[in-house]
Amino acid sequence: MGNKPKAIQELQRQTGVNVSHCYQCGKCTAGCELADEMDYPPSLLMHMLQRGDESLMQQLLHSKTIWLCVSCQNCVTRCPMQIDIPQIMDYLREKSVRENKINPESRDIVAFHRAFLDSVKFTGRLYEIGLIAGYKMRTFHLIQDVAMAPKMYSRGKLPLMPELVKNRKHLSSIFFKTKNPKD
Amino acid sequence: MIKLGFYPGCSLTGSSSDYAESVLALAKAFDLELTEIPDWNCCGATAAHNMNKELALSLSARILALAEKQQMDEVVVPCAACYNRLSVTQYELNKDADLKKRICDIIGMPINGNLHILNVMQMIDKYITGRLEEKVTNPFTRKVACYYGCLLVRPHDILKFDRLEDPQSMDVLMEKVGAEPIDWAFKTECCGAGFSVSHTDAVAKLSGNIVKDAADRGAEAIIVACPMCQSNLDMRRAQINEYLKKKTDIPVIYITQAIGLAVGLSAKDVSLQKLFVPATFV
Amino acid sequence: MSKIGVFICHCGENISATVDVEKVAEEAAKFDGVEFATHYKYMCSDPGQTLIKNAIREKGLTGVVVGSCSPRMHEPTFRKACAEAGLNPYMCEMANLREHCSWVHEKSEETTEKAIVLIKMLVEKVKKNRSLNAIKVPITKKALVLGGGIAGIQAALDIANAGQQVILVEKDPSIGGHMSQLSETFPTLDCSQCILTPRMVEVAQHPNIKLYNYAELEKLEGFIGNFKATIRLKAKSVDYSICTGCGLCTTKCPSKKIPSEFNEGLGMRTAIYTPFPQAVPNKPVIDRENCNYYKKGVCKICQKVCPTGAIQYDLPDELITEDIGAIVIATGFNVLKTNFFPEYGYGKYPDVITGLQFERLASASGPTLGEIRRPSDGKIPQKIVFIACAGSRDQAKGIPYCSKICCMYTAKHAMLYQHKVHGGESYVFYMDIRAGGKNYEEFIRRAIEDDGVNYVRGRVARIYEKDGKYIVKGVDTLLGSKQIEIEADMVVLATAGVANAGAEELAQKMHVSYDAYHFFAEAHPKLKPVETNTAGIYLCGACQAPKDIPETVGMASGAAAKVIGLFSNDELTREPLIAVVNRCAPPVFSTCVGCFMCQTACPYNAIEREEIKSRNGEVIKTIAKVNPGLCQGCGTCVAFCRSKAIDIQGYSNEQMFAEVMAMLN
Repeated sequence: MGNKPKAIQELQRQTGVNVSHCYQCGKCTAGCELADEMDYPPSLLMHMLQRGDESLMQQLLHSKTIWLCVSCQNCVTRCPMQIDIPQIMDYLREKSVRENKINPESRDIVAFHRAFLDSVKFTGRLYEIGLIAGYKMRTFHLIQDVAMAPKMYSRGKLPLMPELVKNRKHLSSIFFKTKNPKD
Repeated sequence: MIKLGFYPGCSLTGSSSDYAESVLALAKAFDLELTEIPDWNCCGATAAHNMNKELALSLSARILALAEKQQMDEVVVPCAACYNRLSVTQYELNKDADLKKRICDIIGMPINGNLHILNVMQMIDKYITGRLEEKVTNPFTRKVACYYGCLLVRPHDILKFDRLEDPQSMDVLMEKVGAEPIDWAFKTECCGAGFSVSHTDAVAKLSGNIVKDAADRGAEAIIVACPMCQSNLDMRRAQINEYLKKKTDIPVIYITQAIGLAVGLSAKDVSLQKLFVPATFV
Repeated sequence: MSKIGVFICHCGENISATVDVEKVAEEAAKFDGVEFATHYKYMCSDPGQTLIKNAIREKGLTGVVVGSCSPRMHEPTFRKACAEAGLNPYMCEMANLREHCSWVHEKSEETTEKAIVLIKMLVEKVKKNRSLNAIKVPITKKALVLGGGIAGIQAALDIANAGQQVILVEKDPSIGGHMSQLSETFPTLDCSQCILTPRMVEVAQHPNIKLYNYAELEKLEGFIGNFKATIRLKAKSVDYSICTGCGLCTTKCPSKKIPSEFNEGLGMRTAIYTPFPQAVPNKPVIDRENCNYYKKGVCKICQKVCPTGAIQYDLPDELITEDIGAIVIATGFNVLKTNFFPEYGYGKYPDVITGLQFERLASASGPTLGEIRRPSDGKIPQKIVFIACAGSRDQAKGIPYCSKICCMYTAKHAMLYQHKVHGGESYVFYMDIRAGGKNYEEFIRRAIEDDGVNYVRGRVARIYEKDGKYIVKGVDTLLGSKQIEIEADMVVLATAGVANAGAEELAQKMHVSYDAYHFFAEAHPKLKPVETNTAGIYLCGACQAPKDIPETVGMASGAAAKVIGLFSNDELTREPLIAVVNRCAPPVFSTCVGCFMCQTACPYNAIEREEIKSRNGEVIKTIAKVNPGLCQGCGTCVAFCRSKAIDIQGYSNEQMFAEVMAMLN
């Protein structure tokens, strides 16, 4: 590992993935359902990591790719070298948030994740109305899916009150101890 | 009465309450008592592991610790995403002693790591299938497309459940209750997962492809075992139809609902009325 | 009284740069028992060897220690020199001052001290050396070739043409192997059967070759020059001495729907059958598992129609034994079937086939008479996709190696397709192109430049069927990882080359090494490609690793040359550095108590039992005896022997102890 750039060594330490295993067969991209929307499809992302170039790493942290990945595991399932791309994606996502490098086109997706975690932090279990409210506040998509709400409510799919975990203090401590600087 | 632990997860207590109701109704019909893990929290789903690895592991770890504290041996987790998160978390903690110590410190609770985490098919296979055929009074004689989604069978070396591509467990079950499962191409392709709200176009496309393939091959219903998949394929049907530029009316029902109907439970028992795209054949 | 000569080599600078060789020689001269000590720049050279020889003659040396490189390099050189000077070669030992001293340490006084100790150790050992003579073992001049594919055929013909006897054993009803299944071969596009069948006939007609078809090796005993092979001749239910090969029985057999192995499951055969029209021997066998007579006791039509009465049911398998001097393993390989691939349908799609199945479609004697047609509906595919590296270079599937021949045969298949289906579109999904042989690169360029095959660099994630077409989801990595989706009529997978089923059992039967993939192991990857670690057993062809026909033929001739070389002597000479059980005067006869722990421990089955009899023929004692032909001198028996009755010549307990004590004092 010694002669690799520091960023790649750190990635290997955190994810266990040795990027030099990838021989660029492209099977991951071939099976990725979101690849046509991505700016850097998974096999290209792997090669950018292999180059070890700092500017390429920055491009990845700023990319839409990492937020478009749904972690469906198609890639690692079929990869002949069993490279854990979903782990790499998680790692790059967390790093992108920490370093405040989120792609402007991916803001909605990140806003959703943040609103989700806020809801869980507050009540311990996801409160869907709270989640949507939080999402809309962050993104200003105020009227999105407004027509869905009555349909869901009439079918008993939209509880009005949140379910509260009793020991919310315990959960708060968990959130506190694992806090990311940028949260 | 067989007692099993039960982790519903946020979807089952929220917008996918029909899944929870059908699971409990089916369990009751076969003398299974499902006991909720007391004071369970959200497993973190996609958002947690996308944003913060330690938080994701800790949230799931708390659930495992609570289950162990209740001396539960088997825990049924109907939601495929929660099933995946809990299984992967237990595996990762067992694999790395330092990580386990760190996470146990964060949650302030010990973890042994020997829970048997069962998805809904495993629960049915273990406790219901043996008695299934004799209890079928209303065979589900329809052509069905069994949709597994991406998280039930992957990562394969951790979950060790069914076949990696073209899984068969749901197909076999549906055959047992009289259905005709079809061979189709989108059994494990993602439905769009958590993008339902934040990137609905992706869900429309991915779920649209799934609905199209099932309908093209003559399926009369899509059977699922994950509330997220059901929600994307069912609640988002308007967007799917817009993407496909045609109206599709193939209903999406849970495996527990299908089996429940076959063993004589009513549509109301299994909460079929909560579907967006109605199951007109019942 | 020992008179030992010590000769220290500078080895150019290899030793003298780090060790003070002059001092070592000086100190050695002072050792008790050393008559003469000197040093020289290159001991292994002619002048160096002359130095040793002269010293032996002039000083009357009784032993020689050469302090130089590793014995693995020059022990034979120095021992030969000693023999030429009249000293028994086994009185000569080498102290490794290079690999064990100068090459692993820095220049210092301690390094020179170590060199001196090493010399001392060997001097003490040589004092205990005894004269030994090489062992002679007789050789049976008959070779056994296992496997009747192109490798076995070539090896058998070469050995037979050198005037030696050959037994060729083939497990299938006909010889020919996979080469007989091919349509055309790269890089010449020669018709495979046209170049193979003359050789097959030559084998059948050669006076020095005895061909046993439908036979397998049952057991192997013995050692180089003296093997005993038990061969199982599987019951054919047809008497070949009466059968004329007219083929009438095969046309009348009512069981016509048995998938043909020769056609890789794409065609059918009957229960009584010859695998293909040019089979050698061209006489049928009955497949008992699928024959109505053997399954249900009815039919017997073949017997009724046979004009010569050659059908004889209920003939059992026959076991024969042959005395053999050398064995050539030429059992070949196989390719993975399509059911190995979950992402390509688990083998359920009839038009997703292997490369070998494509060969059968392209072959004029195949199930479609040479037309490329879909197995599902017989239509001619207008769009065909070839996938290279299906299973090979895939750690996740347990096959990390490259199967070597697929790049070439994929190009060949694509070219054959374009030649046969004008206006058809072909795609090859590849990762790299491996075309290292003579004229191979030019062949690939022909496929791309002349025949218009579309090469796409990327792998295919999955294939699924929709409305009778196969949706191939691949990628073009050279376009920045762009997804490519093709609606193909047929897909050909270049599946990995793997060892034959049963390779492990065969290797264990023959005590031959094999690797993790069950390919047989050559003795040295570079310098001994056709030998195994088991003396007398040679390897050739794809049973060692996947390879193409020119390499296979070359290797087969190489293995044959080894056999011919072995048979060119009447006796085999072996080094006497083997174990010996001590014998002494009656009434003890030997300190061996007959526990036979050594026999259990011996990895080479070299220990036998010897009965010591009185003059009346009564057995007094049964003791262990070492077979000098088999023993490899590993010393395991010596470690096990509780009564210290067995010892290694040249490395006796006494000698070893002397060395160790010399080092410690």
